[in-house]
Amino acid sequence: MTSASSASATPTARRPMKYRETRRLIRTYSRSFSSMVGLVIVALFLLIAAFGPLLAPYPEDAYGAVDFSAKLLPPSPEHWFGTDQVGSDILSRVLIGARTTLQIGLTVTGIAILIGVPLGMIAGMTSGWLPEAIMRVTDIFLSIPGLILAIAIVGALGPGIGNAMVALALVWWPGYVRLVQAKTLSQRNETYVDAARALGAGPLRVVFVHVLPNCLSPIIVKASMDMGLAILAAASLGFLGLGAQPPYPEWGAMVSTGRSYLPDWWWCTLFPGLAIYFTVLGFNLMGDGLRDVLDPRQR
Amino acid sequence: MLSIRGLDVHFPMPNGQVVRAVDGVSLSLKPGETVGLVGESGSGKTTVGKTVLRLVEATSGEIRIGDVDVRKASLKGLKTLRRKAQIIFQDPHSSLNPRMTIHRAVAEGLILNTSLRGAALHDKVSTILESMGLPAQFHHRYPHELSGGQKQRVCIARALVLDPDLLVLDEPTSALDVSVQAQILGVLKDLRITRPALTQLFISHNLAVIRFLCDRVAVMYLGKIVEEGPVEQVFEDPRHPYTRALLSAVPVPSAVKRPDRIRLTGDIPSPTDIPKGCAFHTRCPIAKKGTCDTIAPVPVALGPDRQARCHFADHTKGVGQE
Repeated sequence: MTSASSASATPTARRPMKYRETRRLIRTYSRSFSSMVGLVIVALFLLIAAFGPLLAPYPEDAYGAVDFSAKLLPPSPEHWFGTDQVGSDILSRVLIGARTTLQIGLTVTGIAILIGVPLGMIAGMTSGWLPEAIMRVTDIFLSIPGLILAIAIVGALGPGIGNAMVALALVWWPGYVRLVQAKTLSQRNETYVDAARALGAGPLRVVFVHVLPNCLSPIIVKASMDMGLAILAAASLGFLGLGAQPPYPEWGAMVSTGRSYLPDWWWCTLFPGLAIYFTVLGFNLMGDGLRDVLDPRQR
Repeated sequence: MLSIRGLDVHFPMPNGQVVRAVDGVSLSLKPGETVGLVGESGSGKTTVGKTVLRLVEATSGEIRIGDVDVRKASLKGLKTLRRKAQIIFQDPHSSLNPRMTIHRAVAEGLILNTSLRGAALHDKVSTILESMGLPAQFHHRYPHELSGGQKQRVCIARALVLDPDLLVLDEPTSALDVSVQAQILGVLKDLRITRPALTQLFISHNLAVIRFLCDRVAVMYLGKIVEEGPVEQVFEDPRHPYTRALLSAVPVPSAVKRPDRIRLTGDIPSPTDIPKGCAFHTRCPIAKKGTCDTIAPVPVALGPDRQARCHFADHTKGVGQE
């Protein structure tokens, strides 16, 4: 240790240590330009999701108001993003649709984590037939392309935004089982687990205090990326007509209905498409940034 | 303090074979005594250490720490055992949770075993870390911010903060740089003075370290103790040919070729397939056909606290050293 570093450590040592660690995380994260771009996009998206109905110039258009006199108008100062085939303002529909999109992302990723992480922990920490069974079922799910399986599930349940979310969550959890099981397997053979047991930690304490925190960063990274992917998948289902039904303001469904008006009335697809693009991009960039920050060896 | 009697640790393998990692080990440590356990890789010495703390389940045999029967201990009994016996592992880096500051890591044992909380807990942890030579500015750092030697000091502090009666040291210096090894050995040597009542089981393959720190030594080969006795006697007058080979393998800074160097040929046999008779006969320079490869030797008493598991333990002096 040099005298310079110990001198700089002394004042921080007096402050609560939690903040020192947080500050360091923030510093590392903000050093990367692309992570900051991701963070800005995600923050913007969250703001729009929160205040979309207030920002929208024609909020009633989001829920099926029809005005055929104003249909398929190109972008103009009155309708920044133009209007669609029933005369609804596309900007309003995109702004209000952000809430739906956020809901889809959170629900799908949340349910997938709630199912996948506990199963992965069980599969990684125990031995015998149970982890075998969990992993084989996971393998079966992973061997089927997720979107195809989701299409089949929605087909069986009937199209709709709720069913689409359920279907996506049902095909999404195996990824978490694999991730958590692999991470847990590598952690449980680390000596610090033995050390914790030698100190008298019971199995539950070993799992929740020692192993799980060390598996957390890949989970967080995967979750932030999955937010984007789930939004994309829900948009795909919407595009196929299996997700949200028009006139419900969901971006994928908007792209889908706008498709019949291409290429002459391009604004019907372009703006919801860009909204999807930027949201997914934002979550992915943020996920990349988080991965760099959360690996303790890189701090 | 610690008594091990007829300890077997066998690991069944998926192919039906059984790894006999520890095979009938008996060893007892008096209070305050430091006993070394030596042997080459795969001799089962680490397994003995882990089994003593029940980090590995024994197949049969008896382990007592004080008046606690380790193998039969209930959950509550194990809890008291955790306070009495602690272990220090070989690799200090992987034996610290990367997500815990070192202060928190040392506090973990106290949180689990005592009702100490808040400021009292904080002070106790800080005191022991400082006594291990880690000043306050390190206490809230993460393991990856520390050097290997500092991490091993943390591990020692973590074990000692519980005031254990028995400390198992599983090659505590072999993962460290030579200069750092010397520091840690200094810390351990000081322990013998500052905590004279602490009983230590020191596992190592480094004979010089054993000689430096231990009162008695037990030599293991393929899961069995082949020779045991006070450090001075074993080092001056080894009676088992394996001990002699180990001692003669210690490098000596001399330009002259040593005539007494015993070279062992081949590797240690697989513990799934331990040779019949004396386990060492396949590599032994003085093995006799018809005796050593058929009859398993029993420990021969050679004096108080002194025994060797060799048919020729009484009269091997000089034999095989030509």
